[in-house]
Amino acid sequence: MSRLPTFAIGGIHPPENKITAERPIEALPPPAQLFVSVSQHIGKPAEPLVERGAAVRAGQLIARASGFVSANVHAPMAGTVKKIDSVPDASGYRRPAIVIDVAGDQEWESGIDTSPELAADITADGPGIVEAIATGGIVGAGGATFPTAVKFSIPEGRSVDTLIVNGVECEPYLTADHRLMLEEAPQLIVGTRLLMRALGVNRAIVGVENNKPDAIAHLSTTLEEAGPFPEGRIEVAALKVKYPQGGEKQLIQALTGREVPSGKLPLDVGCVVSNVSTAIAVYHAVQKGRPFVERIVTVTGKGLREGRNFRVPIGTSVQALIDAVGGVPDGTAKVVFGGPMTGKALTGFTVPITKGSGGVIFVDESEANRGHVRGCIRCSRCVTACPMGLEPYLLEKLVNAGMWDQVEREGVLDCIECGACSFSCPSNRPLLDLIRLGKAETMARRRARS
Amino acid sequence: MTAIVLYSMLTLGAVAAVFATILYAIARRFAVEEDPRVAEVEELLPGINCGACGFPGCSGMAAALVGAADEGDISTLFCPPGGNETMTTVGFYFGLEVREGAPTTAVVRCGGSVGAAPHKVRYDGHTTCAVAHATHAGESGCPFGCFGLGDCVDACDFDAIRINGETGLPEVDPERCTSCGACVTACPRNLIAVVPRGRRDRRVVVNCRNCESGAIAKKNCSVACIACGQCKRVCDDIVQAITIDANLATIDPEKCISCGQCVGVCPTNAIVAGFKPPPPKPRKKPAAPAAPAAPAKGGAQ
Repeated sequence: MSRLPTFAIGGIHPPENKITAERPIEALPPPAQLFVSVSQHIGKPAEPLVERGAAVRAGQLIARASGFVSANVHAPMAGTVKKIDSVPDASGYRRPAIVIDVAGDQEWESGIDTSPELAADITADGPGIVEAIATGGIVGAGGATFPTAVKFSIPEGRSVDTLIVNGVECEPYLTADHRLMLEEAPQLIVGTRLLMRALGVNRAIVGVENNKPDAIAHLSTTLEEAGPFPEGRIEVAALKVKYPQGGEKQLIQALTGREVPSGKLPLDVGCVVSNVSTAIAVYHAVQKGRPFVERIVTVTGKGLREGRNFRVPIGTSVQALIDAVGGVPDGTAKVVFGGPMTGKALTGFTVPITKGSGGVIFVDESEANRGHVRGCIRCSRCVTACPMGLEPYLLEKLVNAGMWDQVEREGVLDCIECGACSFSCPSNRPLLDLIRLGKAETMARRRARS
Repeated sequence: MTAIVLYSMLTLGAVAAVFATILYAIARRFAVEEDPRVAEVEELLPGINCGACGFPGCSGMAAALVGAADEGDISTLFCPPGGNETMTTVGFYFGLEVREGAPTTAVVRCGGSVGAAPHKVRYDGHTTCAVAHATHAGESGCPFGCFGLGDCVDACDFDAIRINGETGLPEVDPERCTSCGACVTACPRNLIAVVPRGRRDRRVVVNCRNCESGAIAKKNCSVACIACGQCKRVCDDIVQAITIDANLATIDPEKCISCGQCVGVCPTNAIVAGFKPPPPKPRKKPAAPAAPAAPAKGGAQ
């Protein structure tokens, strides 16, 4: 048996717990109210365009991108704007959001095709596709929420040869992308072709970890049936299961063997990475005129009788999802928003689903406990685990001592915050907590310098 | 036998003489001219190297003082922990005028104790305020309030701040506080300020930094400033020391006369004083305060 490719250094194997892998995607009962955040992407918050009391149709633009790195926000459902208010995010800090009272009958904005038929004929050209992506308010749905249109606007003089579609879903518990690959493979393929056209590349690789053999097989057969494509070749690559393979830089190395240098972008090694759910959102935006207004969210947990994969309008509160699965199960110590490795523990259930939230996980007492912090025993497990080749124990020490210059020299900004170091520490040291602090401080210092 | 001892002594003596000459020559060649006054002034300073004067440690301040004295004016420099006493001595040493500074102390401007701002969630992350601030809004939900995890306590070199076990909030001991400002920098939420101590510790402080609208602030904490403006109205009749900006009242310590009128009118008890405030005086245009009729509780006795 040949060995499956993976990234070169570091990585861990957390228990997978993909409880909901067999559950088909189902629609959530329509929520009564939506809290649509205007800053659900990296970059500047969008500017609200609607007033209090205004009637909005589903898919209507309600907040416009302000600045280059920003994204449009659309009404996920039809209704009336109740107010423009601040709503707590996962960490409890308030962010401006547009509150919509959902109407009984759903009227879509004109020009949006809501039929389920596959639109496989591509008419748009490269710039047209990027334009449609920007109009549709699409951001990286894997969690990073970087505006997709910015990512696919390749600067003059740079060239890309490979599009990588990220179907890794290396976070434990989450199965949203897995289900999408099984249920919406034709749409994914059209989305991938659109992205290839936008970049002008003739090669695309869909990377999928080998714990999803059904998705790999299904994608391969669908590709064979649909192909060949005028854009070029789309491959499906099985990858060895290892966290954090879904990290951009890790995935590029696993699939192409290229290493993104410190402080550089995937673009510098001729690659652009996009998530499968982003690619499907691109399909909807370009072929159907339908903006990014809903996403798949996995609601799961060991204590839950039945985990589910829901299709959720953006802005739905976590409470609505919890109600849909029959309430918080007994013995839950934490409710984590996002994946268990990189997600955040919720401080309240009024938090709305954003374009980047892939899961709501009920974590029981045994898993939630961070454990007693003991002294570092210099075992170097964190160094072995770090996929970026950093020395987490050293960074922790330096941050604690406030030695910021050295923190920067030790490459703190290369940290992708995957949490492999904290996960592997036998002394339960808060490595990532302090490294994040070091990153924030280093960024602030850089800004002050320039 | 004696020859061996003699030769050893002579050889070692010669080696020592050679090295002594080299060392002497080097010491002369690279001698650093130091103003003897710097060391003498440093002796007069508290010697705690806190940095509150803006210079790196007491020797830095001493050098700055000597430099300024050569210019003929040291009135721009002040040693907060040493206070007027130290500065008078320094002024006497140079024979120059010094600035009179009012004694100051650090204050923690948050009243969100365990009772006033009940915890809604439990934080089990790394127990420093800096990490907690980056992770979540706070156990009570107030994104401006104190975490009570003691970054300020760790920063204090003088044991002047301690967490009160009952309230969960840090408390400053003005007797020990040197106003060095280490806690001000350590607090990620900018809750600590250095303010004039006031005579006999009569100082009035708005004990809140919450800039949210009153309704939201009040949901999380019963002693939050809701920017109702009552304090400003009473103060406007007296010294106009209070301004309301971004949903928060601020007292200008320069103008405040510590009369305590604002303390009495604050509906949420967000303003605190280091003394018992006087009963609120009726204003010139009284809004007919409904005299709280003492309920006859307890029945006939």
